[in-house]
Amino acid sequence: MPRIVFIQPDGQQVEVTASVGTSVMQAAVHNNVRGIDADCGGCCSCATCHIYVEDAFVARLPAPDGMEDEMLTGTAAERLPTSRLGCQISITDDMDGLTVRVPDRQV
Amino acid sequence: MDQDLVIVGGSYAAAQVAASARSAGFAAPIRMISAELDLPYQRPPLSKGFLLGKVDAKALPIRHEAFYRDNGIDMILGTAVASIDRAGRSVTTAAGNRIGYGQLVLAVGARPRLPPVPGIDLDGVLVLRTLADAVHLRDRLPAVTTAVVIGGGFIGLEVASVLAMLGKTVTVLEAEDRLLGRGAGASLADYVMAVHRARGVDIRLRTMASRLEGEGGRVRSVVTSDGSTIPADLVVVGIGVVPQTALAEASGLACSGGIDVDRFARTADPTVFAIGDCSWHPGAFARRSLRLESVQHAQDQAKAAGATIAGRPTPYDAVPWFWSDQYDVKLQMVGLIHGATHHAVRGAAAGGRFSVFYWHDDRLVAIESVNRPAEHMMGRRLLASGTTVSPAEAADEGFDLAARIAPKSGAPPPA
Repeated sequence: MPRIVFIQPDGQQVEVTASVGTSVMQAAVHNNVRGIDADCGGCCSCATCHIYVEDAFVARLPAPDGMEDEMLTGTAAERLPTSRLGCQISITDDMDGLTVRVPDRQV
Repeated sequence: MDQDLVIVGGSYAAAQVAASARSAGFAAPIRMISAELDLPYQRPPLSKGFLLGKVDAKALPIRHEAFYRDNGIDMILGTAVASIDRAGRSVTTAAGNRIGYGQLVLAVGARPRLPPVPGIDLDGVLVLRTLADAVHLRDRLPAVTTAVVIGGGFIGLEVASVLAMLGKTVTVLEAEDRLLGRGAGASLADYVMAVHRARGVDIRLRTMASRLEGEGGRVRSVVTSDGSTIPADLVVVGIGVVPQTALAEASGLACSGGIDVDRFARTADPTVFAIGDCSWHPGAFARRSLRLESVQHAQDQAKAAGATIAGRPTPYDAVPWFWSDQYDVKLQMVGLIHGATHHAVRGAAAGGRFSVFYWHDDRLVAIESVNRPAEHMMGRRLLASGTTVSPAEAADEGFDLAARIAPKSGAPPPA
């Protein structure tokens, strides 16, 4: 199973394994990674699973669709070019080692 | 046992209050007693992706089993609670086991209402509340050709959209003169009705089911209040829910529109809390007492209750928000339109992307958005900060809503 690394604002790193086909948000919530609220459960409706994808991985992910792009305008922490919603990143085998940063707040 | 937290219920509010109590430092044992057999799971997909086969049951749990184990949360599943002894600080399960508590949370939810009409107990007449309900409904779908949905609220319309997408012949019966009477404003309801009708759904307003007719115990048709007969091999009922107050009432707790609580989600008994769909609470944003049925409400009220239980009294004051997905239409609502005096539309319904802003006198009280997630997110910030805009400003797409909101504060994002 692919490993996903979450880096907290304080620098703490949490590595979890995730099932292919689940989302980065689910990987975080299932493993109780702090700072991913995911209030809507992954329907792209709340923008509380905001993450920053590490530069090395950005180009390896499919680009956000229009809905995700609009939801990202409403994130609590600043939107950066590397901002994504974790619920919209579906985990594939070639994402092993995907590293994302957790923002300091979601609401 | 003097300190134990016992949670009755097993959905969003139950899972969140346990997590929030732990996060806030609650150290004593936590026991969650749920009548359902499954760990707390996400409900919104049940009326959408799950029925369409896009979301698997494996993806539904809110937290993995390991979360509860690692956090010392003892999950007692498949167990109904029969009574509460508040003087003795214990609950008794249906099987007769007594479980003591220091603090008790009632996250008991609500149950679907059923219309009191003949034939409602026929096979093929379903409700949608639990995962078991959804599995039951999903498994029947391949054999369904014609369906009647009783109730034009969110659940009924989401199910209708799934049924239509699967190629079924669908009729929706709504007793009122418009859809979404409890959940949304007339502009949104009109738009949603047009979307459904364009997909071939037969929506009948001011129409109720008078009786259901069957054959060999299975439903075959619905006879409506205007005397017509609609063939149906499936009937889904979505006419609202009744809060589960019986347990609380039997223990002497006040229940008006639900289980009465204060802004900390506490009942008159300071050791007993009620959260989620079952709680009749003073709404900070609503400025009145109310009951809310939403994931956001369950989670936010549970967060406040969890912190309060851990000794950090935290009032619940979140702005309500809600969403619904039907076909490719994303509906997002923030605030409450109850009591609104006027509204303004930003964008055009004809284009399928617009928001409706509602005011109560000068106060902006709600924004309903259709396929405009950025405006919904902006609206949440407007309402949370108590910012208002004028109807003319809201209707002017050139007016920058963001400019009205104070800049975000807080630490810069990580490098």
